Amino acid sequence: MEFLLLVLVIPLLGGLVLALCGHRDYAPEVNVGVSLCTLVAAGLLTSHVIDGGPMLVLDRQFLVDPLNVFLIALTALVGFTTSVFSQPYMRVERDRGKMTPKRMRLYHSMYQMFIFTMLVALSTNNMGILWVAMEAATLTTVLLVSVYRTAASLEAAWKYFILCGVGIAQALLGTILLYLAADKVIGAGGGALLWTNLDAVKTMLEPNVMALAFVFLLLGYGTKVGLVPVHNWLPDAHAEGPTPISAVLSGLLLNVALYAVLRCKMLADGALHNQLPGRLMIGFGLLSVVAAVFFLARQKDVKRMFAYSSIEHMGLMTFAFGLGGPVANFAGLLHMTVHSLIKSAIFFAVGHATQKAGTQLMANIRGVLKLSPTVGWGMLLGTLAILGMPPFGVFASEFLIITTAMRYLPWATPLLLVALGVAFAVIFVRVQEMVFGDSELKPLEHSPALLPVFVHLGLGLMLGVYIPPYLVGWYQQAANMIGG
Amino acid sequence: MNAYLIQSINLFASVLLLLSFAMLSQRRILTLIHLFTLQGVALVAATVVVAYVTDQHHLYYSAAITLVTKVFVIPLLLHRLIDRLNIKWDVETLINIPTTMLIGILLVVFAFNLALPIVKLSSSIAHSTLGIALACVLLSFMMMITRAKAVPQVIGFLSMENGLFFAATAATYGMPMVVEFGIAFDVLVGVFILGVFMFQIREQFDSLDIRHLEKLKDD
Repeated sequence: MEFLLLVLVIPLLGGLVLALCGHRDYAPEVNVGVSLCTLVAAGLLTSHVIDGGPMLVLDRQFLVDPLNVFLIALTALVGFTTSVFSQPYMRVERDRGKMTPKRMRLYHSMYQMFIFTMLVALSTNNMGILWVAMEAATLTTVLLVSVYRTAASLEAAWKYFILCGVGIAQALLGTILLYLAADKVIGAGGGALLWTNLDAVKTMLEPNVMALAFVFLLLGYGTKVGLVPVHNWLPDAHAEGPTPISAVLSGLLLNVALYAVLRCKMLADGALHNQLPGRLMIGFGLLSVVAAVFFLARQKDVKRMFAYSSIEHMGLMTFAFGLGGPVANFAGLLHMTVHSLIKSAIFFAVGHATQKAGTQLMANIRGVLKLSPTVGWGMLLGTLAILGMPPFGVFASEFLIITTAMRYLPWATPLLLVALGVAFAVIFVRVQEMVFGDSELKPLEHSPALLPVFVHLGLGLMLGVYIPPYLVGWYQQAANMIGG
Repeated sequence: MNAYLIQSINLFASVLLLLSFAMLSQRRILTLIHLFTLQGVALVAATVVVAYVTDQHHLYYSAAITLVTKVFVIPLLLHRLIDRLNIKWDVETLINIPTTMLIGILLVVFAFNLALPIVKLSSSIAHSTLGIALACVLLSFMMMITRAKAVPQVIGFLSMENGLFFAATAATYGMPMVVEFGIAFDVLVGVFILGVFMFQIREQFDSLDIRHLEKLKDD
């Protein structure tokens, strides 16, 4: 319990401290320090859960079980590595005049608050607090997306705010309906929104109301997952905000939103006794995979392209969880983990490359490998990993998803394969053009932080060939919990 | 006595709906803020009556939260915002108000149909107003779509939150306290951030017309 409190309190305090000193020269180091403390606390929490099993603490308001423990650890890890990456990245932005001291303060403070809101959303047992934390996660990042104050970034942030605001309002309606259904069974009061209580009585919840509630919750949280057709905010926010923010949005926020959808699906499945939640998720997932790939092919901006790739992968995960069953759920959880690691690694490498090139337009980025081999290799390997080349973890999870689809939903398999094939052809060619060739890039004033890139790629590689036994255990238990 | 009180809940609910329609067709920003404040008042009144009739004490607290945020703080922030942005007397051109109203009526019919299965389940004394609450949500949503200026869009957003809040009161006597505090906090922070944001937009584009914000396209 103490560890969970630490995991939540450290980023909150860090955010407050950085609100005071975030503009100082040492602020990036403070940011890294706070993130490191969070990571250590999360590590202790994880080892505690490995020894002692799931826990329900603080008056049952917080829950750590196999479904969220690895996501908490992952959030703390990516939060830490991104803060390491952002050290030189944001210093370069500051030296180039894009970040004033005031903006640096906002950035550092909100970065920690963002991590805090995601950790709350992951660990809370209360569906209402989950909603509050998801909305707070939007609020903390909206000013970061517009931090450069360019016309494009303001537009992106406005879209982000309004679309996610409307989306999350749907989720609130869904939560109200959920409470209404629970109210009948559990009785009014705070207990009726606790997920563990709901889970215990889920078969008795009124099916009509739960069906309606799930539709609203899926649409609402699905907006934040980036599911087509409610994805419009995602590419803009990823492309126009600072790259560390793109990395945490893609690597963490989308996962947290999908996690929220999963918690709701588990309740809806129990109440409905039919395939509706799964079918809806299959439909949205498949649509996202296919549509994202065709948008992806038309992009000129490298960060936009990888943002669409995130939509594609989130769609694939949603599809997998929609299929349900132990194998597809296992694959979905594994895919959540590796996608988060690899995609943030790609954003780190791409971030350094765009800084060297001074542009995000792919046509103007050439010869990354020549000027800085490590950044180039990071981009190339990350791209190969995300495109599903063995032995990286993405291959394993995609393989599992597609073979399960072949078995239970044969007609969807060609669609998935074509989509993955097109994504491969497009992204690989574009990245290859950027990486090879003659270089017109400039070296950076602050040497790039490449350790995060290779740590993430290494972990992604490891998950492709060897998954630690306790992680397998969690995946399997969580997969059984999700059922479907 | 109670019968009259229950009728008065319906009365406040219909006031809420009428105000939503009024906001849908209102061109002046200042009047829009007044309408939003009135909507908050109607919401508080409805909540207090429900609280009194059902003897649900926590509803008094949530009415108090609404009173402070929706009737005092947020309108005050909005007034200061339009003062400082110098758009107090702005009039927005709205095309086709009659058509908008007609679509609005269809939305109300749709909302009542949507609410039917929920109304059947709910044992709350105010359950017949659930359709109105959903209608308010949909009307505010439509207001957000039809507006081209930033401030009216935000007011539409807040009014949607009012509708949701009323839905919670009507269906289940409000959400648990901790959740309501969280929601109120989020909304307040959201308004504050939007205020900051509008200055940024104005600084960049010299106008608050969000048609400027339609440049990012997938090509």
